Amino acid sequence: MRLTEHPIIEFRRGKEITIYFNGKPIKAYEGETVASALYASGITTFSRSFRFHRPRGFFCAIGKCSSCMMEVDGIPNIRVCKVYVREGMQVKTQNSFPNADRDFLGVLDKVIDRFYPHGSHYKKFTSPTILREFVTKQIRGFAGTGSPPEKEFEGRGGYEEIETDIAVVGGGPGGMSSAIYSARLGAKVVLMDENPFLGGQLVKQTHRFFGSGKHRAGTRGIRIAEILKKEVEELKNIDVRYETKVFGIYDGVIGAVERDKKLLKVKAKKIIIATGAYERTLVFENNDLPGVYGAGGVQTLMNVYGIKPGNRGLIIGSGNVGLILSYQLMQAGIEVSAIVEAMPRIGGYFVHAAKVRRLGVPIYTSHTIKRAIGKKRVEKAEIVKLDKNWCEVKGSEKIIDCDFICVAIGLSPTHELLYQAGCEMKFVPELGGLVPLRTKYGETSVEGVYVAGDVAGIEEATSAMMEGRIAGLDAAIKLGYGDEEAINLREEIVNDLKEFREGPFGKRIVEGIKKVTFEKEVSLDLKELEKGEISAK
Amino acid sequence: MEMGYLERGYLEDDELPPKPSEERLRKKSVAYIECPQEIPCSPCFESCKYDAISMQNINDPPIVDYEKCTGCMKCIRVCPGLAIFMLRLRDGKGYVTLPYEFLPYPKKGDIVEIYNRKGEHLGKGRVTWVLPPERNDQTSLVTVEVEPDQIFEVRAIKVGKQG
Repeated sequence: MRLTEHPIIEFRRGKEITIYFNGKPIKAYEGETVASALYASGITTFSRSFRFHRPRGFFCAIGKCSSCMMEVDGIPNIRVCKVYVREGMQVKTQNSFPNADRDFLGVLDKVIDRFYPHGSHYKKFTSPTILREFVTKQIRGFAGTGSPPEKEFEGRGGYEEIETDIAVVGGGPGGMSSAIYSARLGAKVVLMDENPFLGGQLVKQTHRFFGSGKHRAGTRGIRIAEILKKEVEELKNIDVRYETKVFGIYDGVIGAVERDKKLLKVKAKKIIIATGAYERTLVFENNDLPGVYGAGGVQTLMNVYGIKPGNRGLIIGSGNVGLILSYQLMQAGIEVSAIVEAMPRIGGYFVHAAKVRRLGVPIYTSHTIKRAIGKKRVEKAEIVKLDKNWCEVKGSEKIIDCDFICVAIGLSPTHELLYQAGCEMKFVPELGGLVPLRTKYGETSVEGVYVAGDVAGIEEATSAMMEGRIAGLDAAIKLGYGDEEAINLREEIVNDLKEFREGPFGKRIVEGIKKVTFEKEVSLDLKELEKGEISAK
Repeated sequence: MEMGYLERGYLEDDELPPKPSEERLRKKSVAYIECPQEIPCSPCFESCKYDAISMQNINDPPIVDYEKCTGCMKCIRVCPGLAIFMLRLRDGKGYVTLPYEFLPYPKKGDIVEIYNRKGEHLGKGRVTWVLPPERNDQTSLVTVEVEPDQIFEVRAIKVGKQG
């Protein structure tokens, strides 16, 4: 299942080591995640669902979903797509008997609703108390996710207080660009990312980027990640904290955990949130079957860790992600059986579609997936035509031969931190979901808290970089760094971004952004904001 | 606006950009850009030293002035959409240069399978020139010799028994 050669990527694998999965030794390479090592050795069932004990495989591969939670070295509920292998690591599946692959409780999927339907725990076995307590204990034994660790933690957690001008949360294209542009003006910056590497989702984008040359078009995403990383490293006033998870913002103070060992208290004058987005799923029969994966998850598996997701994939969604993924699968020597699009036309750029179409991949517009077929993993899929009213056309069902399905139907902003920080939020479908109100420079309703990239509205890496630069410049300028030149540069990028969005693809984004942009700059007059006199358009 | 190509994923003959004249095609190779949609992208325009590609706004589809185009291939190297093809007619043969990013990369003299925009097999073509992938960040450029009437047809190749 491991790729050895690839036209674009050179896979550099670390030392070969052994980890143990449910007691069985598994070969792994240093630097890869537990999930990818397991997948590479043919393991596709990662967990069992809570109630029905249905098999679940991996989905997002970036720590946003919960289908890969396992017990790692005695600690339950660890997302194994975010844990890196270590020699001798003990990984176990949980909530299954004896293991997730062969869970005899899987029979519950067929029978539980017959004698214990949804909600019946409110009515059944409630009295007498003794019976209730007994049944509750039994049910807890069956359900729940994972068992608490047997041993107490014996080490000592660390603690560090950091004072800085600007704190950036997220080391993807938006976050890195903010850090670079504010640090260049002289601001002291702390850049935090939950991964042990910088680049965010750029690290799996093997295609050349669109846009203008000034904003790195024509360069592959993976190279852009390298360029930005180098720029970050060259700036001595950027303090990069890897494997650092930010859990909250309290009056300008950030709480974070570094490498699971150290609590960080970051006092920052300005905070830039660039946490990106996560993948959406789609409702269809058997959509939880192992083999139904997020498109980005497949890209991570294939382009970051060099592991084949399967032999023949079906792509749901013809946006740029779906089209680009199809091409990338073929570059890795994997067949693409079809691309299915519910809209009457292709959603992404035509040129991306043309690239795969001329290699013989059929694109079914006005079609959707009806169900995934298979017992323990995807064996086939059924697609169906949709009429003008989005209803299934009877008799148009088609069986597609595939062993995995990629769901590429869009992303949602990872907005939680903004919400927690108290930013005023709004649901804007054009921007992909819940997003914060902001000024044209990205400052939210909470003074000093900025937003940049996909978390401000689902778009793409090029605009994320531009937004990051604008936010970084503005935050630094407001702290007194930079001069006239910096202000001019900020305005120039604002204009470039405006021009970038002028075409039909940007139209929707512009519509969405109109709904969340403050008329005036918030920080100019805080008192007015407190009185509620500045409001979104 | 008619958007037929967005339902199919390929251009029909009547949706193609204007074709360079036969006379021009005989002179030297010329860039033919199949990029009809308004998307925010301009590397081809920026890469052209001869002002042969025009674009008012970053979202405009590029328009090639075939008389100004020198066939230097700067644009085909950078196009992220792999939508540019170099076309040429010479000594009763047609030549199509296209970007290629798959393994194995072809070598000069190889016989490869040729396909049209829909992915339909058209036959075989001989590779007459290859820009090695390492010289262009892994996007190789490959020239295939085809029948002269096929230069507006052939848009993909496959090497070996892949696919």
